[in-house]
Amino acid sequence: MEYALHVEDLTVAYDKQPVLWDVDLDVPQGVLLGIVGPNGAGKTTLIKAALGLVKPLTGSVLFAGETYKKVHKRIAYVPQKGSVDWDFPTTVFDVVMMGRYGHLGWIKRPGKKERDAVVKALDKVDMLAYKNRQISELSGGQQQRVFLARALVQDADIYFMDEPFQGVDVKTEKAIVTLLKALKNEGKTVIVVHHDLNTVPAYFDWVALLNIKLVAVGPVGETFTEGNIRNAYQTDTLMSHERDHDA
Amino acid sequence: MNVEILAVAVLTALATSLVGVFLVLRRLSMLTDAISHTILLGIVLAFMVVADLTSPFLLVAATLMGVVTVFLIEALIQTRRVKEDAAIGVVFTFLFSIAVIIVTTQFRNVHLDIDMVLLGNLEFVIFDRVMLFDRDLGPASLWVMAVVLAINVGLLSVFYKEIKLSTFDPALASVLGFSAVLMHYGLMTIVSLTAVAAFNAVGAILVIALMIGPPITALLFTKTLFHTIVLTLAIATFNSVVGYALAWGLDVTISGTIATMTMASFFSAMLLSPKRGLLFEAFRTKKQREHIALAGLLVHVENHAESEDAAIELNANTLHEHMNWSRAFCEKIVQRATAQHYIRLEGNIIKLTETGHAFYRTVVSDSRGTIR
Repeated sequence: MEYALHVEDLTVAYDKQPVLWDVDLDVPQGVLLGIVGPNGAGKTTLIKAALGLVKPLTGSVLFAGETYKKVHKRIAYVPQKGSVDWDFPTTVFDVVMMGRYGHLGWIKRPGKKERDAVVKALDKVDMLAYKNRQISELSGGQQQRVFLARALVQDADIYFMDEPFQGVDVKTEKAIVTLLKALKNEGKTVIVVHHDLNTVPAYFDWVALLNIKLVAVGPVGETFTEGNIRNAYQTDTLMSHERDHDA
Repeated sequence: MNVEILAVAVLTALATSLVGVFLVLRRLSMLTDAISHTILLGIVLAFMVVADLTSPFLLVAATLMGVVTVFLIEALIQTRRVKEDAAIGVVFTFLFSIAVIIVTTQFRNVHLDIDMVLLGNLEFVIFDRVMLFDRDLGPASLWVMAVVLAINVGLLSVFYKEIKLSTFDPALASVLGFSAVLMHYGLMTIVSLTAVAAFNAVGAILVIALMIGPPITALLFTKTLFHTIVLTLAIATFNSVVGYALAWGLDVTISGTIATMTMASFFSAMLLSPKRGLLFEAFRTKKQREHIALAGLLVHVENHAESEDAAIELNANTLHEHMNWSRAFCEKIVQRATAQHYIRLEGNIIKLTETGHAFYRTVVSDSRGTIR
């Protein structure tokens, strides 16, 4: 079986500090996967390493059997909301259009086809009425919807989202979950960094528990067990690993 | 008035402020300050080789030195031993001081004095002219700035989409296949080139004013990148034309008046911009405070209306003590509430009217969110 995402022996370290330690992870096509783990577990780093935004020390990542460079147009990425300057002089419409830039390639300008795609995506996230607003005038939930629309216009096979529920209102959270499930039902693979354990069974069908090392990954029903959760949230996971290593 | 000097001034302002828009949005303003100084080292080193102050190699070497500066600063930050601001401070003063040492030891007899380097010499640009077959084609600076402006406009138009994306969201740019590092060094190369060209006219210190001033002024008004660029160019033109007129009228240095105009227009905009101006914001804050105070008054009146201490709490003469407001502010709010028929006075006691009750209910039902 071909995996949508295949991560092998992935280790990332900043200076001497290991952030991810020998992670092996296989995600089948068409699942909605939540990556959970305590603060500093390397959830964001895992996504960034997969997308080539941080350089791993060891290991490799394949998307449906191909390297990232070959298939980057089939991959969408929603970074944390705080990663950009929301005072930037640009409108909702412009930000969503940026999602089409990868398909356009260098120099080519967006045309009617791209504009139609943007309008459609904005409609899906219920933000069409705000298309000419400057992004600084949006609430946290609206900002997240804009980021989501930007990922939707990428028309990708696999979506990476970093904490899409952070700082959003309840209504937006529900709307985002509905959209993620719709993507899954279209056969897309959706990988979400998440931090609220309570909502894992309701939101996702697969879960990966991470704490620097991968603790467990699989369907929520089998994997999201008390034992695995305790293992992931134990603070000495790393230390025990280091002991194993020294032995 | 000399039209040629004015033309050089305007072209310089346009070329510098155009790249400045992206420097401001990328928070690289101080990096420009570094570049505008270290290009001197490039000029000096190239001069040692070609011994000709008008050689185009000076321009090339200086541009390269600007890129080297950016590279050194970033290499220093990468070591994680110093922070960005300190890295900029140590690298540019180091390179600049080498240039100063070379100038003062090697070129005592050459006209390359430090005053001119720092402040420029817009007044004298007309004496260095381009001659072709005995025909005078105008000042060399005019041609240099026109070419640099054309390069900037050309590159930024062709790569507009890419530079916009990598400025707003460098991570997404990289993910989509537009190398953010490549865009960064590309931009810094044209920044260096522009700084070198402008250097001759306005000197190392004022380059940064021309680059940064018009964009930060424009950003107080605009909501799209394209409008920011258009307004930036308009402000840059205005500053240089008025600055030149002032210098001519007052018989003072042109680069000084242009830089002064740049700051003057910025501060005026900061006060007066309807979108982000301080005056309008102060006005809005005052309005909002009064609005919330009015709501607070109604809540206070409603809460105490039926209680035994109503006569004390709701006495119009002592109300300001209970609300802990100044007497004047309290009277103003009471007057406003009366004028809008929210409250009325029975003797000295404040009572809510029907309208007041209705308003009170909307305030309370809203109060989990914000007071409208």
